[in-house]
Amino acid sequence: MSTVSSPLSGRVIALSVQAGDAVQPGTPLLVVESMKMEIPVEAETSGVVARLLVAEGDEVTEGQAVVEFQ
Amino acid sequence: MSRSIDALTAKPIRRILVANRGAVAARVIRAAHQLGIEAVAVYSSADSDLPYLRDADAIVCIGDAPAVASYLNQDAVLQAASDTGADAIHPGYGFLSENAAFAEKVEAAGLCFIGPSARWIRELGHKTAARELMREHHMPMTRSSEVLGDDVDIITKIACDMGFPLLLKPANGGGGIGMLPVRSADQVASAWKQAKSIATKAFGAAELYFETLIDEPRHIEFQFLADRYGQVRCLFERDCSIQRRNQKVIEEAPAPGLSRNEVDVMAERLEGILSRIGYDVIGTVEMLYTPATGFTFLEVNTRLQVEHAVTEEVTGIDIVSAQIRLAAGEKIDAVLPARIECHGHAVEARIYAEDPVRFFPSAGMLETFTLPVGEGLRVETGYAAGCRVSSHYDPMLAKVIAHGPDRATAIARLSMALDRFKVSGVKTNIPYVQCVLADADFAEGRINTRLGATVSVRSATPTLA
Repeated sequence: MSTVSSPLSGRVIALSVQAGDAVQPGTPLLVVESMKMEIPVEAETSGVVARLLVAEGDEVTEGQAVVEFQ
Repeated sequence: MSRSIDALTAKPIRRILVANRGAVAARVIRAAHQLGIEAVAVYSSADSDLPYLRDADAIVCIGDAPAVASYLNQDAVLQAASDTGADAIHPGYGFLSENAAFAEKVEAAGLCFIGPSARWIRELGHKTAARELMREHHMPMTRSSEVLGDDVDIITKIACDMGFPLLLKPANGGGGIGMLPVRSADQVASAWKQAKSIATKAFGAAELYFETLIDEPRHIEFQFLADRYGQVRCLFERDCSIQRRNQKVIEEAPAPGLSRNEVDVMAERLEGILSRIGYDVIGTVEMLYTPATGFTFLEVNTRLQVEHAVTEEVTGIDIVSAQIRLAAGEKIDAVLPARIECHGHAVEARIYAEDPVRFFPSAGMLETFTLPVGEGLRVETGYAAGCRVSSHYDPMLAKVIAHGPDRATAIARLSMALDRFKVSGVKTNIPYVQCVLADADFAEGRINTRLGATVSVRSATPTLA
């Protein structure tokens, strides 16, 4: 079971995938807003999303796991 | 002008509310105190530990951390002014500083807005309106379209008629947000869709227009101070070409390597235009420059700018104090010396809380925050060790300004200062700024708005990669 973590602290403003979605390297997973910038978080490897660990509007910290893969 | 001279001169400012946060809030409080004026600081619940709050004569919490709930909350700011007996509001930069409706509300409440009259914020804040006004006064500028409609076929035809490359820009924009280059007809539709989405989110208005794109220009801007009676003075120019993602990172005064005659002629022309239209208090005219095109008009910023400090260093003029006195109705001859001179060279680096390689914002707790001191050095910040850098606001931690008898000395002093600027708890762009300062083209003054993107921490320090 692998996870993707947020590369920065901020607020989740959009989720682009849901459980069961297959992703490729570069697939947008979610967008984190911080300091007036919107930073897209992308998949680094291929896989299938097991579950989302955050919801839109959640505050996340750098290194916090945000998406879990099967 | 809408306000009578009597109304202005009859009411000296006694207490300024600073409607901002961070380095500029600290700067305005200092300027107010130097003038013998009291200062009220406002803060959000995320900012209660910032050090400058202790310097203020009164402080008011105006809301929760998100800027819309606090620093952009006009009613909360006006209420705080009323509650504390402030008779003037300084908007700083960003937030409400270029909001004409807010400036009008401040005046309607009987307070002095420490900035230009609301009409100038409105007329010059709209990009195509500002271009129209400057075109009437024969300012050189690149071709541009009217505000575009919604029909992509018509937009594409307008683009093809103008010729490529073009820059698609939000008419209500600022800060380089939502500008997209368009280099061929088949890029128009997707660029328009993307820019419209960004502009709607960032500025609440989807008005877009085309400008002919100038590749690799220098960004040169002219600083103006003006009284309420039509007297305008130019405080020379700044070069702000070193940018990352259209955000300024390094600014300097004077602009290196330009013909002083060419600069002086443009400064005088702009002074004349601003004087004729009755522009007041403070403003900056931003221009693009290439040897082939000369100066072309970009936009007017109707507020104090982040980079005002480099101009203060070379002219010895306290721009914030002057802004306050001019807003209060003093005449320019009383505020500025008869002759403004430029001494030496000043360079400023904006230190951002961000990853210096990937340029992600880096929020967190400032465990260490030791500011450098040294000859010709000045640091402006709103933070101290132990403060939290919130993800709700702009990432600027500090501005480090170095002044010296010449450009090479100023750059060397800035670089030494950044070596001694110790920050831990968040990442900073200091390694990136050091790479730019060490870049051969930068050192030689061969600068343009592309240079900042060509320098990277990895490529410039291969031994560390």
